[in-house]
Amino acid sequence: MSSLSGDVGGLRLENPLILAAGILGTTGASMRRVALAGAGAVVTKSIGVEPRDGHPGPTVVRLGVGLLNAMGLPNPSYRAFQEEIESAREGGVPVIASIFGSCPEEFAEIASALDADGFELNLSCPHAEGYGMEIGCDPANVEEITRAVRRAVSVPVWVKLTPNVTDIRVLGIAAQRGGADAVVAINTLKAMAIDVESGYPILGNVIGGLSGPAIKPVALRCVYELSGALEIPVVGVGGVSCWQDAVEMIMAGAAGVQIGTALMGGLEVIREITNGISRFLDRKGWRLEDIRGIARRRR
Amino acid sequence: MRFRPANLVIKDVVRETSSVSTIRFERSLNPTPGQYIMVWVRGVDEIPMSFSAPDSITVHAVGDATRALCGLKPGDSVGSRGPFGNGFRLTGDKILLIGGGVGVAPLAFLGEDAKARGFDVTSLIGFRCKDDIIFLDRFRQLGDVILTTDDGSAGIEGRASAGLSAIDLRDYNQMYLCGPEMMMIDIIRRCREHASRIQASINRYFKCAVGICGSCCLDPEGIRVCVEGPVITGDRLLDSEFGRYRRGPSGMKESCY
Repeated sequence: MSSLSGDVGGLRLENPLILAAGILGTTGASMRRVALAGAGAVVTKSIGVEPRDGHPGPTVVRLGVGLLNAMGLPNPSYRAFQEEIESAREGGVPVIASIFGSCPEEFAEIASALDADGFELNLSCPHAEGYGMEIGCDPANVEEITRAVRRAVSVPVWVKLTPNVTDIRVLGIAAQRGGADAVVAINTLKAMAIDVESGYPILGNVIGGLSGPAIKPVALRCVYELSGALEIPVVGVGGVSCWQDAVEMIMAGAAGVQIGTALMGGLEVIREITNGISRFLDRKGWRLEDIRGIARRRR
Repeated sequence: MRFRPANLVIKDVVRETSSVSTIRFERSLNPTPGQYIMVWVRGVDEIPMSFSAPDSITVHAVGDATRALCGLKPGDSVGSRGPFGNGFRLTGDKILLIGGGVGVAPLAFLGEDAKARGFDVTSLIGFRCKDDIIFLDRFRQLGDVILTTDDGSAGIEGRASAGLSAIDLRDYNQMYLCGPEMMMIDIIRRCREHASRIQASINRYFKCAVGICGSCCLDPEGIRVCVEGPVITGDRLLDSEFGRYRRGPSGMKESCY
């Protein structure tokens, strides 16, 4: 079968399928389990300076087209998280710490204190006041925060971007200017749902983020736009549920592909996707490099 | 397919003790005993509750959401997602139920289901004191009952484990366990050689209830309790974090007492 190994944003991966932030990333044991189920790398739950319990429930609404969530960045703080990273590493793949803060200093404090194989800066969570996309919509913030972390650590720094802006390329360029090794696109789309029996917004936080199949075409467009505008690699994420979705992301220009909501159906989907990509490449006589960004050359 | 919270209208609320109430809904949700639903008390929070009957949950008022739930009246409604999870699996023909406190609730449901299917049911149930006893009549209708109270105000004095001396576990094909975590791990450790025949309904911090947020994962295997549990066999629990520590809403490790 075709090899899927290669460099993704400064990390050598056995395959380009990566566990997305916020999915099964609270405990080292569950990340290790995802790694053993075939992921090329894992990204942790976003970690901040202080412990947070997250928003009141419901935190998740399952919709026919995807999943709506407003977890609210629950995390035990970086001070309690190194041991989880260590046990995640027993899975044998790179462990990327997703981190969030309210300013460059907080991001740098967390990144300096954690020993991880890479960092993914959460500048895109759509449902936490003072964090995520609230600061990550401003390209000046994105550049300054990226630079602060870049100076603080020697491992790869990825920046996860929000699609809830007019032009995501502006944020990508800011991350690149700040010294990012890659951008990750996209985080969830701001969304909500209302319970018609009572009139209550269903999510405890009222507003949340939409993931899953509904957002894949949006994610694909963002990856396509970013990879056309940036020198650094783009990691595609958003609604990938089968190997064809992953191939589409790569054809749009993605160096790596993250998976999240699809794991709701079980961890087996990881190997179904990586095996599916290999079989596809074999059938076509192509290598992974041959199809990366091919959509741009086919116009 | 419908995924959003369903509306459940409350038929009646029965006060079982000073802090425990049974909330009966206007319709059955057809759960397997041991399964749970995410109950949304609108405007407050959403919490997991196991079934005490196909159409009821039995709630210990200990936090904001459980207190709000116990304060609801017939005709009020809640939202619900589920039933979720893997419930108890009935095997053999002679079973033992071991319950502590409000943890006896899913066992009463299981016992009634088992008896209707022809199983021989024995129950060992423990409470802190006489005033905390619930569902004693339901258990007595199933078969033999061994009752314990911590203070000796009813039945055998001591923890539920004190009642173990009255029975021989080899007589039972399967044991079903639900109660406070330290009571459950104590029973499992005392009955180590039978651990693979013990099915325990356990509790971890559930948020998503669909197996992806990771907040309920059990070390060291990373078992997603919300979808792979909440019923897990004793042998898997013996080698796990169960009875040693748990994680709170932030993911921080905390004591399981």
